Amino acid sequence: MTLTMWVVLSAVTAYAIKVSGYLLPQSVLDRPPVHELAGTLTVGLLASLTTMNTVASGQALALDSRLLALAAGAIALKLRSPYIVVVIAGAAASAIGRRLGLP
Amino acid sequence: MRERLTPAVRMGLSISAAVGVYGVSFGALSVAAGLSVWQTVALSALMFTGGSQFAFIGVIGGGGTGAAAWAAATLLGIRNGVYGMQLKALIRPPARLIPEMAQLTIDESTATAVAQDEHDERVRGFWTTGIGVWLLWNTFTLVGALAGNAIGDPKLWGLDGAAVAAFLGLLWPRLTGRDPIAVAVAGAVVTIVAVPLVPPGIPVMVAAAVTAGIWAWRHHRRRGVTA
Repeated sequence: MTLTMWVVLSAVTAYAIKVSGYLLPQSVLDRPPVHELAGTLTVGLLASLTTMNTVASGQALALDSRLLALAAGAIALKLRSPYIVVVIAGAAASAIGRRLGLP
Repeated sequence: MRERLTPAVRMGLSISAAVGVYGVSFGALSVAAGLSVWQTVALSALMFTGGSQFAFIGVIGGGGTGAAAWAAATLLGIRNGVYGMQLKALIRPPARLIPEMAQLTIDESTATAVAQDEHDERVRGFWTTGIGVWLLWNTFTLVGALAGNAIGDPKLWGLDGAAVAAFLGLLWPRLTGRDPIAVAVAGAVVTIVAVPLVPPGIPVMVAAAVTAGIWAWRHHRRRGVTA
């Protein structure tokens, strides 16, 4: 197979996986415990994504300017800033960290 | 037109900007790994799940086969299936929209949707983020593929920090009591432990499994008390 065929096959597989999640019957998803599970999963997923974006570098852990972004974001949130300010605070903190020579 | 810039829409736009620009990195790295501009563009438009795309070009760039690239990309994409279940449970989309929703089901659109409290806001958050990231990710992929590394590293502009703060901003309003905070801490700790042990993209799945375990344990215990 050529590389282009692998590109296409990988894209088709990725789409098939995405669709598969939506194929669970709604009757299963409507049960109250499943709703509660969905709420709990939300917190777990968001915490995991936040952590991954902060410390993961491929398959390694890296402590770098992204930690400053996490702290800046937390401070902005504590001050009840609008969401866009939180995001900009994160960007500014890690940009400043890098200009100062941190990893 | 009613309330066009609701909180969910604003979150979606912010995340789209922070994440979409990373397409430059992907485009430049993909061409450097030996893919053509069109193969690169096809990955962003059709596969559209950043982690899997980076895995695909990483394997090819390292001299791996197409089959190995496919396997790595597929492994990383499995979490999108979990996101689909979660979104279906929360949003209850009409069946006719599922083909488009599925294509836009990624970390960012899922996170923005599930972080909202009302149904309409979840829907708006999902579509704003999904379409916003898709447009910017593809635009910047093309820019990166054509311009190569001339543009420089988005990290120097702090965009990786923007993504961190964006996800924290989605999590923050959920941390309203002891239980959610305990779940969040568990999710974070599990992720840190899992990152060095399993391929990228899988730690989120491990965290989801552990979170589901916590829920099952609580559910079981509560039922034991009422019985």
